[in-house]
Amino acid sequence: MHIYANPKRFLSLAAWLTPLVFWSGLVVALGAIAYGMTSVAPDRLMGESVRILFIHVPSAWLGMGGWTGIALSSAVLLIWKHPLASIAARAIALPGMVFTAICLATGSIWGRPTWGTWWVWDGRLTSMLVLLFLYAGYIALAQATAREGGSAKIAAIFGLVGAINIPIINRSVVWWNSLHQPPSITAGGSSIDASYLWPLLAAVIGFSLLFGGIVLMRMRALIAEQQVEARLRRRALDDEMPATAQAAMETA
Amino acid sequence: MKAKHQRLTLVVLALIAIIAAGLIATWALRSQANYFYLPEQMAAEPPEVGQAVRLGGMVQAGSIETMADGITVNFRVTGNTADVIPVRYSGILPDLFVEESGVVAEGSLGADGVFEATNLLAKHDENYVPRELEGLEGHQSQDYAETVAGTE
Repeated sequence: MHIYANPKRFLSLAAWLTPLVFWSGLVVALGAIAYGMTSVAPDRLMGESVRILFIHVPSAWLGMGGWTGIALSSAVLLIWKHPLASIAARAIALPGMVFTAICLATGSIWGRPTWGTWWVWDGRLTSMLVLLFLYAGYIALAQATAREGGSAKIAAIFGLVGAINIPIINRSVVWWNSLHQPPSITAGGSSIDASYLWPLLAAVIGFSLLFGGIVLMRMRALIAEQQVEARLRRRALDDEMPATAQAAMETA
Repeated sequence: MKAKHQRLTLVVLALIAIIAAGLIATWALRSQANYFYLPEQMAAEPPEVGQAVRLGGMVQAGSIETMADGITVNFRVTGNTADVIPVRYSGILPDLFVEESGVVAEGSLGADGVFEATNLLAKHDENYVPRELEGLEGHQSQDYAETVAGTE
């Protein structure tokens, strides 16, 4: 783990891993969506609107998985003070929020013909909306502390506390009566027909690889940003040094 | 004790406290956060007449009747027990409103014990089955068309 504390080692690994993960993820995800849009049979009750499943479910998985990643990175930052942990958490936040928004939007579009409503305040929908707001809060907090030179610990604590929402989202349809259906894929098996399940699994894997690629890209960008800032600060110090030395001489 | 271990214990303790707080909060919400009442819950503790509530359950097989005016529909909602709540609704039915499928009715309980729905939402279950593989489909959609159109 700590060999990657050195950003150079991480960057050399990320340099070849990023395009591999990103492009393979994009190809698999687009392939699965295209297959779902054109080749699966309509559902017995939902009809054609079942096709949105192949975008909605991977997005929901990444929205929740993203925050789990933030929480794990936050724990690593707080306990081991790993220098890449806060960068990883900041890199995850934005794509996590985007996928949460996609999940909410596609679910709403699916809900209109299926349930007869765009939105209801049931346990699942409300807890997922809370996750979107948590992401917004996390991004604002992490950016503010990074820019104003505050401690990355503040955002890490927020990331850990916010993680309590993840099991709530997952269990919301089991604990409470909700309009959203209970989980289809459980430890006991799947109630999704195999002709939907395989493209769905492919979509989840593709979206996850794509997500990993985006996170690696953003981590590289954030590291580069930090290096530029450090270099500028050093240069500013060098420029100031002779001036302060002069001033010191003048007063002497 | 090394500083790293101290931080580890602190974070673990904090996590346990957060999880406990979350569980207590959701436990306190267990009945308030329900989106609807099941028929057995409504039968055990009937809401006041005219109070806005939601009723959710399964549409009982063979219970959908269309009234003479063509838009009023009577049906019965069942839950996990033998309790049944009759529902009356006037308006456009959602596409997924069929017998033995989930439904959420928004409205209030009338003085005569009939639930007066102002809005119907269809509840999809966790099963995803293509049309070709669903043996019941032809017969179900036929029944559905008959109920809606009121023809025999």
